[in-house]
Amino acid sequence: MSRAVFRVVATGPHASIQDAGRPGLMRYGVPASGPMDRGAFHLGRLALGAPAGAAAIEVSLGGLVLDCVEGSASFAVTGGGFVVEAGTRQLGSWSLARIGTGERLAIRPGPWGTWCYLGFAGRLVASRWLGSAATHALSGLGGGRLAAGQELVVEGATVLPAAEGPVPCPVWARPRAELAVVLGPQQRYFPAAAVEALLATPFRLTDAYDRMGVRLAGPPLTPEGALSIPSAPVLRGSIQVAGDGVATVLLADHQTTGGYPRIATVVDADLDGFTQLRPRERVSFRAVSPEEAVAIARSRARARAAAFARYS
Amino acid sequence: MAEAFPLFAPVADRALLVSFAEELDETAHAAVLRLARALAETPLPGMEEVVPAYVSLLVTFDPLVTDHAAVAAALRARLSAPATAARAGRLHEVPVCYDGAFARDLAAAAAASGLSEEAVIAAHLAGDYAVYLYGFAPGYAYLAGVPAPIRLPRKAAPVRGVAAGSVIVAGAQCIVTTLTMPTGWWVLGRSPARILTGDPAHPFLFDVGDRVRFRRISAAEFDRLEAAG
Repeated sequence: MSRAVFRVVATGPHASIQDAGRPGLMRYGVPASGPMDRGAFHLGRLALGAPAGAAAIEVSLGGLVLDCVEGSASFAVTGGGFVVEAGTRQLGSWSLARIGTGERLAIRPGPWGTWCYLGFAGRLVASRWLGSAATHALSGLGGGRLAAGQELVVEGATVLPAAEGPVPCPVWARPRAELAVVLGPQQRYFPAAAVEALLATPFRLTDAYDRMGVRLAGPPLTPEGALSIPSAPVLRGSIQVAGDGVATVLLADHQTTGGYPRIATVVDADLDGFTQLRPRERVSFRAVSPEEAVAIARSRARARAAAFARYS
Repeated sequence: MAEAFPLFAPVADRALLVSFAEELDETAHAAVLRLARALAETPLPGMEEVVPAYVSLLVTFDPLVTDHAAVAAALRARLSAPATAARAGRLHEVPVCYDGAFARDLAAAAAASGLSEEAVIAAHLAGDYAVYLYGFAPGYAYLAGVPAPIRLPRKAAPVRGVAAGSVIVAGAQCIVTTLTMPTGWWVLGRSPARILTGDPAHPFLFDVGDRVRFRRISAAEFDRLEAAG
């Protein structure tokens, strides 16, 4: 089998190997991890014809520079609007191209977005933990974070017949600045004014943003009498509020239980687009009923299935 | 806060949080364990994960298959069914070395609790611990059961770089850590036990509801067990 080898020349702190994740282990303290923007990751995989469960590289605003030192392969970049240079070619995200020995592949932040996915046609060799190569950033378990000097190997590397061209970016893969939330599950620890402030005021993302979550800047949402509540399970999308009233939205590598009360939880279908907002960008929250949340999940799943079906 | 327990709170589009009490309470935790066991034995349609904690349990589901009302109704039916006999969790014996650099806070914990270092160790060994929940990070099992004489509040400031395998206590809780991390808990010793076992068939040493006793080992035995993996 042919293979392609890449050397990491430079990387930001948050570039890591991800696959679809390891759901089902929260009771052992293990979040699903996987891509911050699951839809974009999935579209990149489909554009390459890669099998379900294939691993790719998640690149953050810190960017990534690779040298191809052996072989050649098609690659796709999907996700945020990053700038991609492959050899002498200038590309953007949402494109499919090829890279060969002696060429440099550089990915840098572009006009929008926080995370993008670099996948190769072939099998990216990655260590697995509990059946998945998804990196849990805090522990480094899974495929791992990338480091300068490291080599990445793609087994069975191929150049696809449709070697170059755009990958369609559906509307739902754009950043999302208005998020549907269901209030609670611990709304009862908050005064009515805090819930009103959550829904009436735009917040901004802060630089305290990593795979575990993003802290928001905005009016304090101070809980009352919640300093010693027993730790309870949390989910990706939980909006937890610390004692000082500062809200954090938990994301792919979230803790599985926590003692801070959750004022609301973001509907899952809105999270991928939310992760593409950048620090200092605005986000607002809109309360929906649990029934409306389920309806959103179902209609968004239909839209995604339609986009994915283009590749089948 | 006069709601009737159990309380069913919807979580976004895909889960219910079932709470049995407001404060930590043995009866409520027993109810969590019973419901978790019942759901493990007979899962609900569309159910994805069950996450037990101190007094609450999260049930996640696929919103394309079911919804909050259907899951809540099925959970209420489970709760009104005759309780299955409580089953004791498995008992684990976890070795701990309380020597030297492994026990960086032993002297301070002794001073804070007004005991000798040996008395702190004896108290820690006397505890009968149960796994209440996992949280914080993979494999961080929260063991409740630290005896009253050595229940100490967290330290004022966290200490960085506390090694994986550290046996740490705060209040009634004890954790054998799995990652090198900062902590404000008191480091009493180090265990060679692997909570993340590396065995794909049984990747975690404990399940929620299991019981734990600690056994004192020498530094030499620690090295031997550590080398044996």
